Amino acid sequence: MQHGKYRFIVGFLALPLILYGMFLISPFIQAFQISMTDWSGLSGTANFVGLDNFERLWESDDFWNALRNNVYMLVVVPVVTLGLGLFFAFMLNVGGKRRKNEVVTGVSGSKVYKFVFFFPQVISVTIVAVIWFNIYNPDPNDGMLNALLGAVGLDSLQNAWLGEKSVALWCISAVMVWGHVGFYVVLFSAAMASIPRDIYEAALLDGANRFHTFFRITLPLLWDSVQTGWVYMGIIALDAFALVQIMSVGPGGPDGATDVMPLRLYQTAFRDSQFGYASAMGIAMLVVTMTFALLTMRFARRERIEF
Amino acid sequence: MGSTSAHTNEGLGRRDLVKRSAALGLVTVPAMGFLSACATGGGGGDDKKSAAPTGEVTEKNPLGVKEGAALEAFIFKGGLGDQYAKDAEADYKATYKADVKHTGTQEIGPKLTPRFAGGTPPDVIDNSGANHLDMNRLSSQGQLQDLAALLDAASLDDPAKKIRDVIHPSTLEKGKHGDTFDVLYYAFTIYGTWYSQKLLDDKGWAYPKSFDEMLKLCAEIKKDGIAPWTYPGKYPYYVHFNLFAQIAKIGGMPAWIEIDNLEPNAWTKSDAVRQVVEFYEELAAKKYFLEGSQGLTHIQSQTAWTKNRAAFIPNGSWLENEAAPTTPKDFGMAVGALFDGSGDKMPNGSLRGEPSEPYIVAAKGKNPRGGMELLRIMLSKKHAQNFATKVKSLTCVMDATTGMSLSPGLASASEKFKAAGNNLITIQLQEWYPALTDDKIGGLTGQLLTGDLKAADWIKKTQAEADKVAKDSAVTKFKRTA
Repeated sequence: MQHGKYRFIVGFLALPLILYGMFLISPFIQAFQISMTDWSGLSGTANFVGLDNFERLWESDDFWNALRNNVYMLVVVPVVTLGLGLFFAFMLNVGGKRRKNEVVTGVSGSKVYKFVFFFPQVISVTIVAVIWFNIYNPDPNDGMLNALLGAVGLDSLQNAWLGEKSVALWCISAVMVWGHVGFYVVLFSAAMASIPRDIYEAALLDGANRFHTFFRITLPLLWDSVQTGWVYMGIIALDAFALVQIMSVGPGGPDGATDVMPLRLYQTAFRDSQFGYASAMGIAMLVVTMTFALLTMRFARRERIEF
Repeated sequence: MGSTSAHTNEGLGRRDLVKRSAALGLVTVPAMGFLSACATGGGGGDDKKSAAPTGEVTEKNPLGVKEGAALEAFIFKGGLGDQYAKDAEADYKATYKADVKHTGTQEIGPKLTPRFAGGTPPDVIDNSGANHLDMNRLSSQGQLQDLAALLDAASLDDPAKKIRDVIHPSTLEKGKHGDTFDVLYYAFTIYGTWYSQKLLDDKGWAYPKSFDEMLKLCAEIKKDGIAPWTYPGKYPYYVHFNLFAQIAKIGGMPAWIEIDNLEPNAWTKSDAVRQVVEFYEELAAKKYFLEGSQGLTHIQSQTAWTKNRAAFIPNGSWLENEAAPTTPKDFGMAVGALFDGSGDKMPNGSLRGEPSEPYIVAAKGKNPRGGMELLRIMLSKKHAQNFATKVKSLTCVMDATTGMSLSPGLASASEKFKAAGNNLITIQLQEWYPALTDDKIGGLTGQLLTGDLKAADWIKKTQAEADKVAKDSAVTKFKRTA
């Protein structure tokens, strides 16, 4: 029945492929075209300017600053998010006390935890950003965080948070972590559920404790999921547009401390009406993101374990 | 964000997984990618200008609006809401028996940019708010309807008077690009230092006349346990409403015009700049700002102010409408004029008053005549008064509110406006170079008010940023002479 297989498949996939090509691939290619012009975005006329936009980008301190902030997030956010996700998932599935007739169990109440962890995933990111902006409100009466610190007598830790140059970016990163951990808990839980119980049983008979079980068994068997999560989380950290746009004080934070590449792009396109230059930024972002994804794929490779 | 396609390992080779995650990566490459990828086609159809619908020109219909021709209005729905525009549209509907399509939004720029590029803009646009359209570009690309016909049309209230005779002269001046009048600034905003008359009366304080008096009063207010000032740190350019105007008051308009025109050393050579910036530096050094102001939104800082946690706030006259939900009944909202420094070029009582709410009519819209007619309706006494009642703000229609009983903030603003006479200050810098004022100088001002930046450095860095914009060929430049 191999006869005409491909024609059959192509026949079925033609429509989605055409749509994909029209709405995704073609704008991508057009972005390259637009980045070589001085198009304002407001009218149909544009002049070809070659690589001028990229030259401007290379010399733009603002863009380098935004890229630097994105890279800070890229280094910190995925590690923390995936680390917490793994830890929670392990505790919910494997980390519980030994009970009768069960080799491995989660801590008590793990069903509730799962629901609670996943909750931020369900709310739109805009709402998450607004909620946290208000939690960070520096007013000691209106801002939840400062009010809490005041209530327990830690007034010295009260801070302007998003208005404070040194911590603003980390405040936003914390929200990013908070919002995504739940997804990874569920993802890793699903992956852990597929690890055969008898492997754990054997390890326990050999006297392995929780720590060993995690690092010698669970993590190696989950490596594929972790790697995928890493790429995905990294891309989110390289974006961060919605959170920054809503939570930053001033556009891009105190002294540009929370500026990110997509925010630069947005301002350049929609406030300064320089779509050509903004497209060049979009391409720079594509390069950065792809480089990151490829490097991750290349260096996170491990021998696959079949089970 | 938050894709929920869980990857389990069952029945998936690693290569597949890699491919998939790469594809996933492609799809979720920062979602902004698609923004830069709207097709550029469609615009530029200057030659195929469809004949705009035209009706018969009569005394009642000086602009020749065609009956029954549909009209589309895009109104900024911010601090002023959009009900006042709907009211005017209702009159248009009744007069011309035409459908009016109304959209109220805060995202004028992002929503309309593609429509201008595609050659299908709406007829009337209230181009206001943080994300407004770049009017300089629109004008230079011939997208804005010349409103000369509107200025020469008879006013609805008095056929003997032309529209140009009933609106404020500064509105006529500000709405020009080159020699063409193509923007009608419908409202009139008074900027200044806002306070609660009740608070000042209760405590026996008087609104200060000069910097020195202000600093003295601040010390007293602080002793009383109230913060003297607050500002919205999330949008530090609010501080510029006063800071820039204060420079113009002390140094005189010609010196400010040099700043608007991005002349070299305009900031650094001016003693007025030094005085004003040092005043703000002192406010910051003495901790006269409400703690945590640097992280507040405009609404949050205004709320702190209506609760009397801070005495003064730099703002514009839309404040009364925006803060209405939290303002106590007997608050006595009032606005004060600019302070005296030393060697002032302009007298006490000088005020920054600016035409605001830029209304434009699209030249390539379906019904530009109808667009202008809607503006003519809005410029009648009836609708100017409706605007004053509904949103507590002045319009460019002169003396429209005479004899009305006004809300406290509006009454105070119009009184100060009358008192200022010809000593009105207009600032173009923010209008022309928002990237410079809101991002760059705004960032510096934010640091100045937290005490992280000294006045001298603020001036140096601001000059450097202004020079950068002056050299940047990608930014359209403007010049003003008056």
